[in-house]
Order: sequence, then C-alpha cells, then structure tokens
Amino acid sequence: MPRKSDAAKMEEVGIEIDGDLSESDDGGTQRRPNRRQAGGRGGAKGRGRGKKPASDDEDEDEEDEAPRGRRGANRKKPAKKRGGDDEDESEDEPPKRKRGGAANKKKGGKAQDSDDDDSDVGKGKKGKKGGGRKGKKEEEEEETKGKKGDGKGKGKDKGKDKDDDKDKKKKKKKGDSSSDSSSNSSEEEESMSEGEMARLMEEVEEKKKLIANIRNKPWRMQRRLKHLKEAQEFVDKFEGALGKGKGRKWYAYKVMMTKKWIKFQRDFENFRTACIPWERKIKEVESHFGSSVASYFIFLRWMYGMNLVLFGFTFGLVVIPEVLMGLPYGSVPRKTVPRAEQDTAQDYSVLMDFNGYCKYSVLFYGYYNNQRTIGVLKFRLPLSYLMVGIGTFGYSLMLVIRTMAKNADVGGGDGEDSDFTFAWKMFTSWDYLIGNAETADNKYASITTSFKESIVDEQENQKDENIHLRRFLRVLANFLITCSLGGSGYLIYFVVKRSQEFATRDDLSWYEKNEMEIVMSLLGLVCPPLFETIAELEDYHPRIALKWQLGRIFALFLGNLYTFLFALFDEVNTKLEEEQAIKNASIWAMKEYYANYSRLMNDSEATPPPMDPADVIRGPCWETAVGIEFVKLTVSDIQVSYLTILIGDFARAVIVRFLNYCWCWDLEAGFPSYGEFDISGNVLGLVFNQGMIWMGAFYAPGLVGINVLRLLSSMYYQCWAVMATNVPHERVFKASKSNNFYMGLLLLVLFLSLLPVVYTIMTLPPSFDCGPFSGKDKMFDVVMETIDLDLPAFMGTLFSYAANPGLIIPAVLLMVLAIYYLNSVSEAYQNSNMELKKKMKMARDEEKNRRNNADTTNQVMKDLEDLLPNRSLIPPDPPEPEKPPEPEPKPTKTKPGSAGKGVNLQKDVALASPNPNARAPVSRPPGPRGPGPGRGRGRGPPPR
Amino acid sequence: MGNKQTIFTDEQLDAYQVSLFSFSRLHGRYHELAPHLVPMDYTNEPDCKLPLALIVNMPELKENPFRNRIVESFSEDGMGNLSFNEFVDMFSVLSEMAPRELKAIYAFKIYDFNVDNYLCKEDLEKTLNKLTKEELTPEEVELVCEKTIEEADLDGDHKLSFADFENMISRAPDFLR
Repeated sequence: MPRKSDAAKMEEVGIEIDGDLSESDDGGTQRRPNRRQAGGRGGAKGRGRGKKPASDDEDEDEEDEAPRGRRGANRKKPAKKRGGDDEDESEDEPPKRKRGGAANKKKGGKAQDSDDDDSDVGKGKKGKKGGGRKGKKEEEEEETKGKKGDGKGKGKDKGKDKDDDKDKKKKKKKGDSSSDSSSNSSEEEESMSEGEMARLMEEVEEKKKLIANIRNKPWRMQRRLKHLKEAQEFVDKFEGALGKGKGRKWYAYKVMMTKKWIKFQRDFENFRTACIPWERKIKEVESHFGSSVASYFIFLRWMYGMNLVLFGFTFGLVVIPEVLMGLPYGSVPRKTVPRAEQDTAQDYSVLMDFNGYCKYSVLFYGYYNNQRTIGVLKFRLPLSYLMVGIGTFGYSLMLVIRTMAKNADVGGGDGEDSDFTFAWKMFTSWDYLIGNAETADNKYASITTSFKESIVDEQENQKDENIHLRRFLRVLANFLITCSLGGSGYLIYFVVKRSQEFATRDDLSWYEKNEMEIVMSLLGLVCPPLFETIAELEDYHPRIALKWQLGRIFALFLGNLYTFLFALFDEVNTKLEEEQAIKNASIWAMKEYYANYSRLMNDSEATPPPMDPADVIRGPCWETAVGIEFVKLTVSDIQVSYLTILIGDFARAVIVRFLNYCWCWDLEAGFPSYGEFDISGNVLGLVFNQGMIWMGAFYAPGLVGINVLRLLSSMYYQCWAVMATNVPHERVFKASKSNNFYMGLLLLVLFLSLLPVVYTIMTLPPSFDCGPFSGKDKMFDVVMETIDLDLPAFMGTLFSYAANPGLIIPAVLLMVLAIYYLNSVSEAYQNSNMELKKKMKMARDEEKNRRNNADTTNQVMKDLEDLLPNRSLIPPDPPEPEKPPEPEPKPTKTKPGSAGKGVNLQKDVALASPNPNARAPVSRPPGPRGPGPGRGRGRGPPPR
Repeated sequence: MGNKQTIFTDEQLDAYQVSLFSFSRLHGRYHELAPHLVPMDYTNEPDCKLPLALIVNMPELKENPFRNRIVESFSEDGMGNLSFNEFVDMFSVLSEMAPRELKAIYAFKIYDFNVDNYLCKEDLEKTLNKLTKEELTPEEVELVCEKTIEEADLDGDHKLSFADFENMISRAPDFLR
C-alpha cells in the first residue's frame, strides 16, 4: 500500500516544500557541512541525510521530518547543551537523535567522529523516522546502546529521574534496567534530558495533531491511510515515554461528543423550525412565486400571531369572566331579547344580520353588566373591560413599532448589497441534505426564482436610457394618479353629502338608497387597475412599483374609511338623541308600572314583582349598534374576498384550463390566462381589515375571535388558491427583507383607528341601560371610581398631581427633546455606516486592482531594482543582501496568479493540502534561528 | 460485533478512525450497492470498484443535481468508479464533521466540470443549468455567469481559481452543506 502511493506523495511533498522553503534535498545535503562547522549535531543530521539515498521508501518521510528534527535539535541544543559544553559533540548529538532514532544517537554518542561511517549511520537514521522503526530496532540491538530507546520505554518516571540526576551514567544504568524489565523495545536508556523530552513531546503532539486532522486533509484515502499509519505507529511508540497513552481514547470520545452535539443542535434547529407555523407552506409558495408573494403570507402570519394575543386578552379578561361569573341570559333586560323581537330572534336572516339572539350575546358591548364586581373572585369587569380596550391598542402599537425596529435592524445589517450575490447563489444554494424528490423540485423552483429575482435587480441596475424621458413620464404618471385620486375623493365627498340629504327623505329609490355603497365599490374596482396601468409609464423596479401602488390604493381606501366613519358618527349622534327620549320614557314606564301595580293590588305597601326583563323599554344602545356595524362589515369583507378568490381565481383557472381544449384561441397564453397573485390588494385588504378590528373590538369583543378565525382560514385557503390557480408574476422580484412598508401602513391604520375609539371613550356618554359603563357620565369614570374606592387615599392625590398640566407639559417637552436627540444620533450612525461601507468597497476594489496589476507593478519593481547601484556587487555573505532578494520571489509568485497557470496551481495545491510535515518546519523555527540556518543551507555547496 | 472480524481487521478499523458501528454501516451501504461485486470480507483489502451509475443512485445523491460530478471528483480515475476507500472518502467529506476548508476544496472540484483547475464560464453555465433545470433563458444564464465571475474573480483572468473560490466561499453565510 505505501508503495503505491509513494509516487503521488513524492510529488506533493515536493511541491509543498517548494512552496515553503526549498529545503528538501538540498537542505539535507547542504546541511551537513554547515553542521560540522557548527558542531557535532550538525554532523549527525548531515549523516542522516546522506543515508537517504539508500532507502527510497523513507526518503520522503525523512525529508518531511528532517527539517523539523534539525530545527528541533538546534533549538534544544542551545538550551541544554550550551550549559554543558563539557560533553562536547557527543552530547549535542543525542538530542537530535532522540527524535530521529536511537541509531543516530548511538553514532553520536559512541562515534561522534562518525563523519566517515555514513553508511551505518544512514541506516540508523532511517530507523529514526516513524516509518523505519524496524530499521532502528535492528540497529539498536546491534549496537546495544541504542539511545533512542530512551524515548520508548521510559515513561514518565524516567523523565523525572533524568531531570533529577543529569549524570549520564546514572541514567544509563537506569535506562538499562528499565528497558530490560519493562518494555518490549530493546534498548538501554540513554539519558533523556529535558530538552529531549520536550522535543519528543512536541513531535508526538505533532503526530497526534496529524492523526486528529487527517480527515481534514484533501488527500486520497490511500495516502491518508499511509500517513495515518506512520503517525500512529510513531505515537504508539513514543507516547508511552510521555505517559499519554490515553490520547486516542480521549480523542475518540471528544469526536463522539462533538458529533452528538452537532446532531443535537441540528435537531433542535429543526424542532424550532417545525414550531414556526406554516413555515413549510410559505416556503413552498416562496419557491414558486418568489419572496414578494411570500412576504404577504409572512405578514399574514404575523397578523395572526398578534391577533391571537389580542384574542387571549379579550377572551381571558372580559368574555370568559362574564360568561362564567356574570348574570345568566334573561336575568336582566340588557341580557334579554325584547318581547317585540322574540318571534323573529331565531330567524336565519336575522341572525345573519347579527340581530336577535346575536345582538344580546357576549359578542357585543351591550350584554355586559355594570356590576362593579362579579363572582366570588370580585372580578372588576367594567374596569377590566376598559383596560383591555385600551391595552389592545397599547399592545398593538408596541408590537408594530418593535417589529419595525427589528426589521430595520435586519434590513440594514447584511446581505442585500453583498459583493457575492450571484456567486453565493450559484455555489451555495443547493442543499446537499435534500434526498426527497418533491423537496428537490421545490428547491429547483426556489433557486430558479431567486436567480430570476436577482436578475431583475441586476437588469434594473444596468438600465440606463433616456433619463429625461423617464423623468417626464414619471411626473406625468404621478400627475394622472393625483388627478384620479382627487376626482374620486371629490366623488366620495359628493356622494356622502347627497346621502345626508337623502337621509331626511322617505321616498328613495333603490339606487338612491345604495348610492354610496355602489360608488365606493365601483371606485375600488376601477381605480387599482387604473393605477397599475398608469404605473407602467413610470417603469420602476417592480419592488418599488409595488410600494407606489400600495401607497396610492391606500390613499384611495382612506376615502372608504372616511365615509364609513362619517356615516357611523351620524348614526351614533341620532341614537344619542333618541336615547335621551327613551331614557325618560323608560323611567316613566317604570313608574307607571309600579303605580299600576299598586293601584291594581290596592296595596301601596306591597313590593311589586319585578317586571319581566323582556318587557322593559330599552334605549338604542349605540355601542352595540356600532359593534354590529363593524362585525357586519368584517363578515361581509370575508365573504367578498373569499368569493373573489373562488370566482376570480379558481373559476377562471378552471375555465381557462378546461375550455382551452375547445376554444378558438389559446386561453392559457392569450387573453384571460391565469390570474396573478394580487399582492397590493391582498396586503391592503389585510391592513384595513385589521383597522376594522381595532376600531370594533371595543364595542364587540367577539370581533377579535371572528378575526382570528378569518386569518386562520384565509392562510390555508389562500395558500391553496395561490398554488392551485395562480401563476407567478412575469417579473418575479425580491421583496425587501424587512416588511417595513407593510408595517408602516399598518401603523398608520392603527393610528387612524385609534382616534375615533379614544374619542368616543373620552367624550361620548355611555348608554344608560346597557354595557359595563351604564350609569356613568363617561366611560373612564370607572378608573376614577377604582382609584377612589380601591386604592389608598394617597394614590388618589398622587394621580391628581400627575394629571397636573404643570407636570405634563414639561414631560412632553422632555420627550420631544429626547426624540430629537436620538434621531440625530441615529443619523450620525447611519452616516458613519455609509462611510464604512464605502471604505470596504474601496478596499476591495483596490485589492482587485492590485492583483490585476501585479504584473506591471512587479515589472516596475524589477526595473527599479535593476537601477539600484551596486546590487550585484554586494558580497552575498552578510545577511542584509539576502533580504532584498526576498521581495522578489513574492511578487513573482503573485504575478503568476494573475497570468500564468503553472505557478498559481502550485500555490493552490500548497494552500489546499497543508501537509503538516512540510509546513511545520517552516512555521516552527521562530525568527531568530530560522533564517540563519535556512539561508546558510540554501547557499551552501551541494553535499558530497 | 461479530461482523468486525469478518469484514475488517482491527487494524483496518483503527486506521479509518471511525467507530465500528458507523464504519460497518458504511461498508454495508457499499456492499448493498452491488452485492455481487463487493465481497463481504474486507480483511485482505480486495481491489474492487463500483461504477458511477450504481453510486449515483444512492438516496443521498439521487436528487442532487451534481451527483455525477461529486462521484467523479472523488474517484481516482476521474470516471466515477469508486473503490471502497474513495467511497469512505466521499462520505467523510460530505459529512458535517468535515471542516469548511476541506469542503471548499471538494466543492471546487465538483464545480470544475472540465477539470482544468479553474472555474471558467462553461463550468458556471453547466452549474447554473443544473441548478435551475435549464429554466433560465440563455441571456439570463449569460448575465448570471458574467456577474458571478465579475464578483468573485480577484485576479482579473475571467475565470475563478481556487483562491478566488475560497475567498468567496469562505464568506458565504450558508456554505455548510
């Protein structure tokens, strides 16, 4: 086996060494002379080298290790040997050998003079190498002194002993005894000095590292096996000496644990991903329709999460306590269907209008009682109702803003404008863990989609046409759209005014009754496509076009909202007037009832039985009326949007698909075609729907529950619809990473819907006979009441202080200032960010340029150097002249990188396969020592 | 456990540095690809190779667009015939234990379709077409390839050397495989 790979190995070794230092052969040969001069150790090594030729097999190994050994030797000697010069060369040699092998040492020890006995020594040296242990042993046996033996059998004891008594003789004796008694290997022990120990240890460590890392080497298995074997044998042999026999087990254990840990991490990650609802559905949509469509679904999912929390609050703190602990249905007038309505209260059509039983259920404001506390828990329902109403807004605001901030973080951080968009997509997008055909198909689709997205972006970057024409067209488009927006705004205003007129008349035709709705829905139908058509003039990138489109339709829909609110306030005002009258009437009726009772019974003392709750005269309860409006609106919205999908997308797709067989033109490619997913419409639908929920939730706690159901079903429904009936957009584009535009719209709607609700809470008087706040002047009086009755007195005064304008105005001022300060700080950061980005880009460009121009600059450098006087005249001996040449090799190396393959290739290989054997020698010898010998070697005459 | 002696010697196992369990499993996989070709007994290191067609059908590779290249780049003869050693090699590189650098090297080899140690435009085109099942138009392919080279090519030779490749890939966030 080893033989086979020899050739390959040789090549590689050669290359590596070239890359590092050109030591290998020359080094071996040249060293010898130098060494001699230097001292005995030099001789030893030199010999080692000399032997090589004899044994081809081990050549490479030796080459690899020799340099190290040499260096190690050098190093150690100084430390140890310097001290004990007395021992002369003989002493010097042992250290080197130790690593290399006993054989050498012997020579050194016995025949330091051994310059002559190259041949013998050579064998010995071979032995020294990991590969040639056998050789070693034999020699040792022959020589009997085999110092190398030290390494093996000694164990720690020896090391210590050695340390203690440095006398060689003693050591020797010990060594002998120990070797005899203990170990397999046959040697007497030459002392193992500290230096030797250290070196050996280093070596073993190195080998171990090799073993540990061998799987990281880009070698063929055969070569790996061979190296591994050698290294392992070496370690086995010498590790004992260092008492570290357990290394491998420990390593195996560690590897196992890392493996397990990685697996655990991956499983955990999978688990976490599995916990994200609909992740797979959304990914599937994304892979076919691009991230822009997926962004809608992500937004939908986010909304669902938020609504779930709102639902939890509302039901946990308001609805369920009322159901469990409040008075049951029929006990009080507000919880009972009035006599007049009872006949029809269960009719389907009535229920669908949320009248009848629906109206007098927990779904609506009016059902709740104004008892201060309910149940055994003394739950303060009115207070909790108010707090939940306000908390809904507080929580939503906080969540929206927090999400926006987080998104901004993500968006600004990485990615988007990375340097390697396409390269990364090309090389890292395939997931090598995919083993399922369906997943693979999805992955293909998603990769294609993402490429298309990037291509669209790129094309946008490259687009450079008539900029004046473009600008003109954009201005024109905006002008047109502003006109149509203004027109529709006036139309809405006009219609609303007319409807107020109509409200006073009775003789209305069907059209006149429904004029407002008809106009509104016509506008909603006509305007978005119109805007889209006009937007084509602008020729924006689809992502930006989507934002414009969203903004414009949003402005249009604001008209919707405005008319709706307008109508609502009208209704509320009339109801409030009505209420005053009924309030008096009901009081009067009550009195009359008692009067009648006492008159009939002729007993003014008797307490009359309470009136049947169904018979009591009720006020109009405007809060419930408002709640019903919102619920109706939401439900009709759900119906409309689901029907639109069913008819507009599904039916269309079915017709196109199946009628295509018998039609005169190609339906699929031609006119009707399949629908595209309408991102802007859907997002805005979602946003406005949420606005309805926020506004209505206070008057109809059940609305949140309905909305949760809606979002849940629409997630599945739309996912299905998109996959089944739609085709991807013509230009698939990448959504901006942060959904902040959607969030911005949402925030705006949240603010808009906050206004009317807060207005009603703060100013309008609640109905006198329904809802948790009945009997109070203002809804927020519950809070006052709680402060007065339930909190200690000083809290009340505290609140009154806090409400003092003198305190509030400075606080507001302070906040404004803080906002200003933070704003300017963030701007400064942004600027410095930009600056840094610019710098990074410049650095990269510069690097590119440098590499590109390496050739020319190098040429210039050479010319310059040529011009330098006396360069060639300087004697080569002193170290200085050596340095100047050094720069040269480097440039030449880089130059090929740009121009020629050959050298580059070499470099690559060296990069790719860091052979520790080769590399170690280079990196090990620290500055001072390394250069000296290296140079000398390089310069020296060839060996022999 | 009995398996151990019959398939591999202890030394062999030691040398491969893997647990007996996973190793014999690996051999099992290798064996079941071609039961008639691969002997159960590996103690004497028989010399047998499996052709590319068999290996490519392993579930791990079946769906991979680069399966042929993967196998080819691990086989010594470049034709996709894998000996058991090479087979083990492949798995060890593709395992998650392998370090990034090693993976980068083999990734480079895999993407280097024409084995010239450079990723040139043809290589990239092939890669891209495999990744997208040829759903992009030729112009788009052209554009993507050009952009890729432009992004990653540091030395301006209009092809990617390993240095370029490594430089690029080492910054990729999701190069883990």
